[in-house]
Amino acid sequence: MLELKNVTAGYGHFTALWDVSLRVDAGEAVAVVGPNGAGKTTLLRVISGLIAPRSGEIAFDGKGIGGRPAYEIVGRGIAHVPEGRRIFPALSVADNLKMGAFLPAARRRYAESLARVYALFPVLAERQKQRAGSLSGGEQQMLAIGRALMSRPRLILLDEPSMGLAPVMVLRLFDLIRRVREEGYTILVVEQNVRQVLKLVDRAYLLEVGRIKMEGRAEALSDQDFVRKAYVGL
Amino acid sequence: MIDPLFLAEAAINGLLLGGVLALLALGLNLIFGVIDIVWIAYVDLVMICMYAVYFLVQVYGWPIWVGGLASVALGAVLGVGVHLLIISPILTSAPVNQLLATGGLLFFLQSFATFLWTTDHRSVRLTLPRLELFDMPISVARLVAFALSILVMLGLYLFLTRTYIGTAIRAVSQDREAMALMGANPQRVYLVTSAVGGAMAGVAAALLIIQYAVHPFFGAAFGPITFMICVLGGLGNMVGAFVASFVMSEVIAISGVIWSTEMGYVIAFVVFIVMIFVRPGGILTRRG
Repeated sequence: MLELKNVTAGYGHFTALWDVSLRVDAGEAVAVVGPNGAGKTTLLRVISGLIAPRSGEIAFDGKGIGGRPAYEIVGRGIAHVPEGRRIFPALSVADNLKMGAFLPAARRRYAESLARVYALFPVLAERQKQRAGSLSGGEQQMLAIGRALMSRPRLILLDEPSMGLAPVMVLRLFDLIRRVREEGYTILVVEQNVRQVLKLVDRAYLLEVGRIKMEGRAEALSDQDFVRKAYVGL
Repeated sequence: MIDPLFLAEAAINGLLLGGVLALLALGLNLIFGVIDIVWIAYVDLVMICMYAVYFLVQVYGWPIWVGGLASVALGAVLGVGVHLLIISPILTSAPVNQLLATGGLLFFLQSFATFLWTTDHRSVRLTLPRLELFDMPISVARLVAFALSILVMLGLYLFLTRTYIGTAIRAVSQDREAMALMGANPQRVYLVTSAVGGAMAGVAAALLIIQYAVHPFFGAAFGPITFMICVLGGLGNMVGAFVASFVMSEVIAISGVIWSTEMGYVIAFVVFIVMIFVRPGGILTRRG
């Protein structure tokens, strides 16, 4: 479904990703783990079009999307839940979800999508009139995921969904992501919480200082050595 | 001691002036909030639209309301033009370059108007009935301008809160990158915002020309006070700008009747400078 071949990307003179190749098949959940500053966020940003790759190819459904603008890529079926959630704090919960369905094709199925999102995250239905900025961290993360689902994507990119959440909330959130997965979405998730994310995904890549260092089935990678590497980057 | 009737009259005049000032401030603030660029030449676009109404109504004899609608349309076109020709190429430049570019537009428009239409003051003369409230003469032109300003601002409020594109405009002003991830082309949102902001300049022009004469330096008379209101209300804060408009217009009107019109502006600037220290984030923020 998604294939990156030898992608190099960065900001200004700084290169954050070196020659990265990875693959996500339809229906799969794939994690990219690695220490802080490994280039995980850059990886998602280059896929969703927030930055253009310097070189290499990015294909979605066999068609090149590398260097296309973000507002176009979401229309192809990739939704990006960015780092730090990035909800619209002064808009209501309902308006945030409405913005998720900005594209005409998504807008036509707005009512149906909304019912699905509210079924997945009932707390969002309860708070639909509230300002999004007044939600708790966990609820904001649910809103960010719900907003992404409103665009009717096939692939969802999740950037550190557990960031800044209390341990109990982290467990709940991973449960919710599991349910999103069961709805048939393909997921590419970037996480520092390696232990939890490996229980969720089929395969994982280890990213270190901008390069893919390891890849494999989640079960096989769950050994201590891999987890230690991902945490400390040694 | 000043006759309380004079003070009441000044307060009413301040209120009526505040409506049109709020319209100017909201138009400027909308553009700033979304595109993050201050259109220094905003009131000079109003000046161009005022000339348009003047020529259409006073010279070609169009009805004032048709002239007003033409002014709204012209404002929207000018807004789009300014965005495409001046703002778009320098969107990612340093802020000082952006200020210089829109400042350059200001001098261009002033000189252009002087060249085409000389420095004569021109006004549209309407025959409106006289109105009196408790022996106080009330200008019907000002009353109409005030009422229409409030209506247009109400319309803007409904546009920004009830329509899809209006909500998207607010979303872009909060997080433009996140809105790109929703599928909104920022350039397109900027264009719509510039058109709406320009149209508001056109509305303001039609409402100002029935109260004031237009001349090439009209922007210099209303520009500074408009910026002061935007800063006082908190740049990009629409409700703040609305409140600040009436604070400023009352300060000008009331100190104008106690001392003199010039003194009214002096006091307004003093209030502004004091407020910058007391509430640097805007009139509605709780702490500085």
